[in-house]
Amino acid sequence: MSSDAMTIRAAGAAGRPWVEAVQDWITTVDHKRLGILYILYALLFLLIGGLEAIVIRIQLMRPHNDFVSPQVFNRMFTMHGTTMIFFVIMPVMFGFANYLVPLMIGARDMAFPRLNAFSFWLTAFGGLLLYFSFLGGSGLYGAGNAPDVGWWAYAPLTSRAFSPGHSADYWTIAVLVSGFGSIGTATNIIATILSMRCPGMTLSRMPLMAWMTLVMSGLVLISISPLSAAQIMLLVDRYLGGHFFDTQAGGSATLWMHFFWIFGHPEVYILVIPAFAFASEIIPVFSRKPIFGYPVMVAATVSIGFISMSVWAHHMFTIGMSAASNTFFVLTTMAIAVPTGIKIFNWLGTMWGGKIQFKTPMLFSIAFLFQFLIAGLTGVMLGTAPFNWQLSGSYFVVAHFHYVIVGAILFCIFGAIYYWYPKITGRMLNERLGKLHFWLFVVGFHLTFDPMHIPGVLGMPRRIYTYEPGRGWDSWNVIVSVGAFIQGIATLLFLANLVLSYFKGRKAGSDPWDAWTLEWSVSSPPPVYNFAVIPAVRSRRPLWDQKHPEDPDSRYE
Amino acid sequence: MRLKLRGMKWGSVRRRAVAILLLVFGLLLAADLSTASIPDDNPIPSIFEPHSTPADSIFHLSRFVLAITGMIFLVVFVLLVYVLVKYRARTTDSPHEPPQVYGSTQIELAWTVIPILIVVVLFLATTRVIRAIQDAPEPANVVEVTAIGHQFWWEFRYPALGVVTANELHIPVSDPANPTPTYLKLLSADTDHSFWVPQLAGKTDLIPGRVNTMWMDPHRTGVFLGQCAQYCGTQHAKMLLEVFVDSREDFQAWVNAQKQPAKQEEDVGAGRHVFETTACVNCHAVAGTLATGRFGPDLTHMMSRRTIASGAAENTPENLGMWIQDPEMIKPGSLMPAMKLSDSDQDALVRYLETLR
Repeated sequence: MSSDAMTIRAAGAAGRPWVEAVQDWITTVDHKRLGILYILYALLFLLIGGLEAIVIRIQLMRPHNDFVSPQVFNRMFTMHGTTMIFFVIMPVMFGFANYLVPLMIGARDMAFPRLNAFSFWLTAFGGLLLYFSFLGGSGLYGAGNAPDVGWWAYAPLTSRAFSPGHSADYWTIAVLVSGFGSIGTATNIIATILSMRCPGMTLSRMPLMAWMTLVMSGLVLISISPLSAAQIMLLVDRYLGGHFFDTQAGGSATLWMHFFWIFGHPEVYILVIPAFAFASEIIPVFSRKPIFGYPVMVAATVSIGFISMSVWAHHMFTIGMSAASNTFFVLTTMAIAVPTGIKIFNWLGTMWGGKIQFKTPMLFSIAFLFQFLIAGLTGVMLGTAPFNWQLSGSYFVVAHFHYVIVGAILFCIFGAIYYWYPKITGRMLNERLGKLHFWLFVVGFHLTFDPMHIPGVLGMPRRIYTYEPGRGWDSWNVIVSVGAFIQGIATLLFLANLVLSYFKGRKAGSDPWDAWTLEWSVSSPPPVYNFAVIPAVRSRRPLWDQKHPEDPDSRYE
Repeated sequence: MRLKLRGMKWGSVRRRAVAILLLVFGLLLAADLSTASIPDDNPIPSIFEPHSTPADSIFHLSRFVLAITGMIFLVVFVLLVYVLVKYRARTTDSPHEPPQVYGSTQIELAWTVIPILIVVVLFLATTRVIRAIQDAPEPANVVEVTAIGHQFWWEFRYPALGVVTANELHIPVSDPANPTPTYLKLLSADTDHSFWVPQLAGKTDLIPGRVNTMWMDPHRTGVFLGQCAQYCGTQHAKMLLEVFVDSREDFQAWVNAQKQPAKQEEDVGAGRHVFETTACVNCHAVAGTLATGRFGPDLTHMMSRRTIASGAAENTPENLGMWIQDPEMIKPGSLMPAMKLSDSDQDALVRYLETLR
């Protein structure tokens, strides 16, 4: 390159293009860029939410600790829960769906690119609003004040009698706004999957990732709406003299519980079904076999979607429902174990007879299988109502759902990032750092969440900022905290890997894992238009057909 | 040969690691127990050491559920390990892809039907226990207590016995031959709370605008620990709960003592005057005086209680003084205001409170 060209480039890099790049990213309607924005946004909040968890764990390391005040502690667990659910896991899932679904189904973008951008910015604004509460929570009343009503914000704690000031409003409006974003994206994903598939990509040939994202989006549409409705009712209570949840004026506290959990339980599946999707893409590729029992996997996913809408009151076994209601929700809760179990067996069946390569994405998926098995079994325990009367609201529950959300979902997210990072950036993540991250995180995870079950069994309730010594909880809490610190270190290592590999990583090429779905048929990163020529497919694994013309899948499906 | 050597080394490392882990856990548990501050033989409120029928039937159900889930875990875990070891990619493998298997209807049917059968068994076992606890026939001889949750303390009223107390529930032991179970009526004065004494029964929430019930029939005397298990606000953590299970005679004696009006001792008249002329009476009641407030605990026999502030501090004159002077020192965020009394008034008040036995 001549020196003239160099100077022109340098001047360009220092001047206009920088602003232009920011402008490009902010005004983009490209599904890939929005996907990246979602993921980066979620990673930022992962750090913040993780930091809050660390504060919680320092405080609980010993009894009668006064690292933070009760008020601060209550804000920490409220913000930690709200952040991780609404501003980490959901955006990350939407990010991957955004990035991958059009590529996987052979489309050039989402069905509604501008709705896509609008939805992302709504969600982003919701997160910023939530965190602005640290500065402006009490508005004119005085010092900053984040919400401290818990992430499910039970009535009547959220009424103005018990939550004066504006902190509860920040929670309500931030989650409401991001909920609108979620509804927009879910609509978009459904429209995309139903109407943008390339020739030959019938519903029964879609990658499982597309199927599962479709089910997840359907659940978003159905379950976010009741939450939004309840939040609007709460605002009416607080500012327009309504009495939906105001127990001091004849409102109903249990009404809020029903609204919240009729959202809250499908929400668990909204979070975990995309995790299943990642595992269902990664496990076959690293076992070198197609997914075992594709139709059954689809059927199991759809039935999980339906059953998940009838289990919500298993979060409410302790509110004094009649024996008949309790029995009904025990039945539905246990029923959901069946399709979930089928999935675990089908993943095992996929690995059976394969040639398993222990690359980092696969390691995370295997750990997911193991941990999700345990999470499912503790879920069965919690589903037996009488056992639940002891365990609910205790640290056993905290351990159980962290097993789901960290042990299953976050592990799958890590796996997905290792797996698709080369496609998104064009470079491989460092495998050695990746394995270190994996093992450190596994150790930290099990050190945190295995012992955490025990104080729950010994009677330790959740959401307490401190506890009495001598109840058999002390040492377990020390171990749990140490584990949390190790997880923190592992996460930092992961972030370092993301940054370092972006600059120094090995070039990936278009298909580094020798995979079979359409996203690997285009360059890494893919061109703006994705496909120069819209592909036509004849089986569930179009790239397998291409690589093995002598024995294509299309012959067997 | 090399593989074998590595295997042996790994085995001994693993054994040593397990031994160290067990040792560490044992030491930690011993350390926990030695710091116990409660003068009782039963400091750990474990759900696996039940002393009452509801807790006991839950314990039995939980053992059954643990056995089944444990077996499922073992089967799937062994399968997973087998698959990982057997089907790992080896460098000696042929470069070809493994046989491409798309599924098997028979196998998939099997692992659908077997879980369904397990679910049916679990469901039936659970239903029996739900009915046994929730629909148990109420015997004639029950002690009725109304428990009212407050931010952040417990009010206990015995309507049939004319007793009102707080935070420390006294109930009689129940002899299986002639049961005297305690039936709790659960109410809330403000936000949601949950009554949880793990060794006596599962938890039940106290929800404003709703009447819940639960029962327990302790099989032995002693103190049973618990605390609020539903987040209820700033001081949810220090809404502790103690259940004193007394012998029948002790319980009767306790009831008789609690039914007496407050003692009126002459030499603490000054303190009583302070009490009756400050805001204390707006929230607290002392039977036989003009103090009839109900926002705070009834103080008629407050010195018969082991703790103040719902278990947050031991009931000593120093703590009492500190609690009146500045409740934030003991329980930040509690609804008890700092009374801002002069030193002499405060001393007189504490001396008066000490006579409320």
